[in-house]
Amino acid sequence: MFAWTIYISFAGVAVLMLLPRDQGGRARWVALGTALAGAIAAFGGAFQYQAGSGLQTIARTSWIPSLGIDYHLAVDGISVTLILLTAVAAVAGILFSWNITGRAKEFFAFYMALIGGVYGVFLSFDAFVLFVFYEIAIIPKYFLIAIWGSTRKEYGAMKLALYSFAGSALVLIGLIGTFVVARSQTGVPTFDLTALAQVDYPESFQRWALPLVFVGFGILAGLWPFHTWAPTGHVAAPTGASMLLAGVVMKLGAYGCLRVAMTLFPAGLRHWQTEIAVLAVVGIVAGAMTALVQKDFKFVIGYSSVSHMGFVLLGLATLNEVGLSGAVLQMFSHGVIAGLLFAVVGRMVYDRTHTRQLDELEGMRLARAMPFAAVTFVLAGMASMGLPGFSGFVAELQVLIGSWRAFPTAGLAAGVGIVLGVAYLLRALQRAFFADSAGDARGEPAGEAIEPISLPERAGAILLLGATLAIGLYPRLLLDFIAPSVTSLIQGLERGGGS
Amino acid sequence: MTGVGYSDLLAALAPETALVLAAVAVLFVDMGLMRSAPLRQRFLTACAVAGLGCLVTLGILASSGAHLRFLDGVLVVDSLTQWVKVFLVVLTLFTAGISAQAEFTEHVGEYFALVLLATVGMMFLVSTEEILMIFVSLELTSLSLYVLAALDKRTRHASEAALKYFLFGSVAAAFTLFGLSLVYGLSGATNLTGIAAGLRAHRSDPLLAVAVVMVIMGFGFKVAVVPFHLWAPDAYEGAPVPAAALIASGSKVASFFVLAKIAVLGFAGVEGSGAWGQLRAGWLPVLAVLAVGSMVLGNLTAIAQGHLRRLLAYSAIAHAGYVLLGLMAMGYPSQRSAALAAVLYYVATYGLTTVGAFGVASVIERVLGNGRIDALAGLSRRSPLLALCLMVFLLSLAGIPPLAGFFGKFGLFTAAMGADPAGLGLLWLVGIAIAMSTVSLYYYLRVLKQAYVVAGDEEASRIVVPWTDRLVLIAAAVGVFLLGALPELLLGPLARAIAGGNGF
Repeated sequence: MFAWTIYISFAGVAVLMLLPRDQGGRARWVALGTALAGAIAAFGGAFQYQAGSGLQTIARTSWIPSLGIDYHLAVDGISVTLILLTAVAAVAGILFSWNITGRAKEFFAFYMALIGGVYGVFLSFDAFVLFVFYEIAIIPKYFLIAIWGSTRKEYGAMKLALYSFAGSALVLIGLIGTFVVARSQTGVPTFDLTALAQVDYPESFQRWALPLVFVGFGILAGLWPFHTWAPTGHVAAPTGASMLLAGVVMKLGAYGCLRVAMTLFPAGLRHWQTEIAVLAVVGIVAGAMTALVQKDFKFVIGYSSVSHMGFVLLGLATLNEVGLSGAVLQMFSHGVIAGLLFAVVGRMVYDRTHTRQLDELEGMRLARAMPFAAVTFVLAGMASMGLPGFSGFVAELQVLIGSWRAFPTAGLAAGVGIVLGVAYLLRALQRAFFADSAGDARGEPAGEAIEPISLPERAGAILLLGATLAIGLYPRLLLDFIAPSVTSLIQGLERGGGS
Repeated sequence: MTGVGYSDLLAALAPETALVLAAVAVLFVDMGLMRSAPLRQRFLTACAVAGLGCLVTLGILASSGAHLRFLDGVLVVDSLTQWVKVFLVVLTLFTAGISAQAEFTEHVGEYFALVLLATVGMMFLVSTEEILMIFVSLELTSLSLYVLAALDKRTRHASEAALKYFLFGSVAAAFTLFGLSLVYGLSGATNLTGIAAGLRAHRSDPLLAVAVVMVIMGFGFKVAVVPFHLWAPDAYEGAPVPAAALIASGSKVASFFVLAKIAVLGFAGVEGSGAWGQLRAGWLPVLAVLAVGSMVLGNLTAIAQGHLRRLLAYSAIAHAGYVLLGLMAMGYPSQRSAALAAVLYYVATYGLTTVGAFGVASVIERVLGNGRIDALAGLSRRSPLLALCLMVFLLSLAGIPPLAGFFGKFGLFTAAMGADPAGLGLLWLVGIAIAMSTVSLYYYLRVLKQAYVVAGDEEASRIVVPWTDRLVLIAAAVGVFLLGALPELLLGPLARAIAGGNGF
């Protein structure tokens, strides 16, 4: 079932490319149909998957025998969570790209190629296959931003592409090194992640390989100080692409850290644990503080993504069950919430007012002009602040508990980050939607002809809000998947410590 | 092998014979039958004859299981050399395909005959292990290519490029010959295995160092590695597009193969070491220096290029640097066959990609009248096919999966890293190579940005791609995609051919 998510997405790309040139309207329906079909495959797979049943292989055929590379797809609870996230984000992103008219079929072709690559990464259990899908996801991002983006789009697109490619270069060095060391120890060439995780790598090797691979993937997860691509890229991207970037692409990086760097090099991880935690905390606090002073509405959300991804990385660095399952849940939660925030800022506000400057928005009294957008943003903001009832609460609380056990100081600092998060969101919310001093003076809202929120936007917003509320109110929906896999992951890490 | 009869020899050389006959046929058809026809028809007809010759040759290569080792390696035919010849003929076929619509010369018959003769030279080059024969076939190839590069006499630019190519090339040939004669003087043998045996007594002879460096220098010119690369940008930019494509693809495949043979078989025992911190004299450190120079300088200089073919030239220099890593891995016996397979996969797919990229360049230059990168603006609207093909070729060169360039680099780097597994000795080179690949993405994306992002002139009409070009471009793009997605298609047969050969 799960494997179809990949094939459906790429089939969608092929269909979109073959569409006749002037069918902009048809392209989005094809894209929506493909994304929905992928989502059905994803949810169908999730229903079939028995929570707690460990790793389940979906497909396995020999691909390049001389290097021991298998086309190996498998899922555990962690991948299931992220596949569900991808399914939700893909559908929502298309709903919020409904107004793309220029070169629509190309837009959706690149979009679906990106989605296909993302599904592939979350499903791969062979390091080579994972890397291939990871690289496939880079190029569509560049074109999505460079062609359909806004503010400094070519700069943002190129920066993002080069950062991603530099990150994957680090990963590639690490992976080839791992392959060679493993082959010289066991005599069997393999890229299979489970097999590679069984090898006892020399500690000296792990000490340089772990930072290489972790930072390589971490760049895409917004690891401070390599996060600067994220705000510029998010801001330059068209709404659908920013939703995907913040929603799922940053998770690719975090997932790579978890699935490859951590499971392969447990000893290296323990050696660098503190440093990673420090970088994560700096990311949380610095991201939040930068968000607090932004003038551009979208930059606020861009930096908040860096801050919230810091929680994911901090959770990974705790190396305890609570922290790790919090990290995975936070990946899901942030994917949904960031998507929603970008949708409000990029599609609902910017596409109608043609400005994202908080100073200018202040005068427009958008809460009256667009009540739906205001309500959505309030709810998304509450979720992002981590108020109870939303997914952000469960996830960040778990990370905080986990880090309190592992690094009390880091836990405290991350708590400060949460407080700052409340501050920047309230500031943005107040200035963009509810500032009435300036508006009263000017009388009626400036944009008299603001078009109403369309149906696809409402559907997308409700989909994402529903997802965050469902997990916030009943976290076991996902935690039942996540917890057993995290437990076995931790057991694997401890095995590496025994030697 | 003793008792090789004339008929065995003819059977082993049937592919080359077929190509020579095709060259004669092209001359006959063009100069005899088509003399008064319009230029367009002459090109199409000659292309058809040459293409037919290539197809027949491919058929012979595919069907013959000839195995021959004649006069201690003067002529070596086994399944591995057959495979390399298949690559060469396929690349020639594609080169002929992109010349079908050309109009740069009146000498149509001579042009196609020279293309075929250059290929014959390359084919002899890959099927010999004897230095005199190597030199003679190298000259056959080079002389044909010099003339090809000079065929476009309409611009001064082209003549300058041809002259540069000729002068650098002949100096390089002189170096090669000097080096080879020193090798002969030291070892007393002209076949590679005999040379390796003869050199065993002279390992610390300074003259040997001179000889090794001279030989590598000579081939360094052929494959365009830094610091012997200066001719490449001019020749790639100025020569007629198909000629440049052949210089960039087929000639490279053959030169790398024979360089590997000379280094691995002829200089066996004088490898030295290229591991970081333990450099020891031999051919490995020489290649290491050339590789680093090519990867760094090629990639960094490519950033500043404004002409598509010039950019491809600098990228070719960088790619030559990557291939040298594979050759270095072959210096370590444990990885020899894996590294050889990786190198051959790489040069074959690289050749295919390059011919494709030059094919796109040729259509564009014919329509737009210039090959500058700026001129590509709006290409995705004017010709979605050209833009898509260009994207496939350039992303393959950048090493993006699932295109062939990705797996090619991956194979090379894995072979290089695995060459010295305990110490990961070549890690430093692989690190530089991967870092430089990141740089390369920048300039490839710059080109694609022009094609896809920049709007260009709204009034500009659609570009009509002739069916011959369309055929070649689609075939090359599909090949690049298929070989990248299923590398085993090529790696499997290559591995079997290598295992069945004489240890090379």
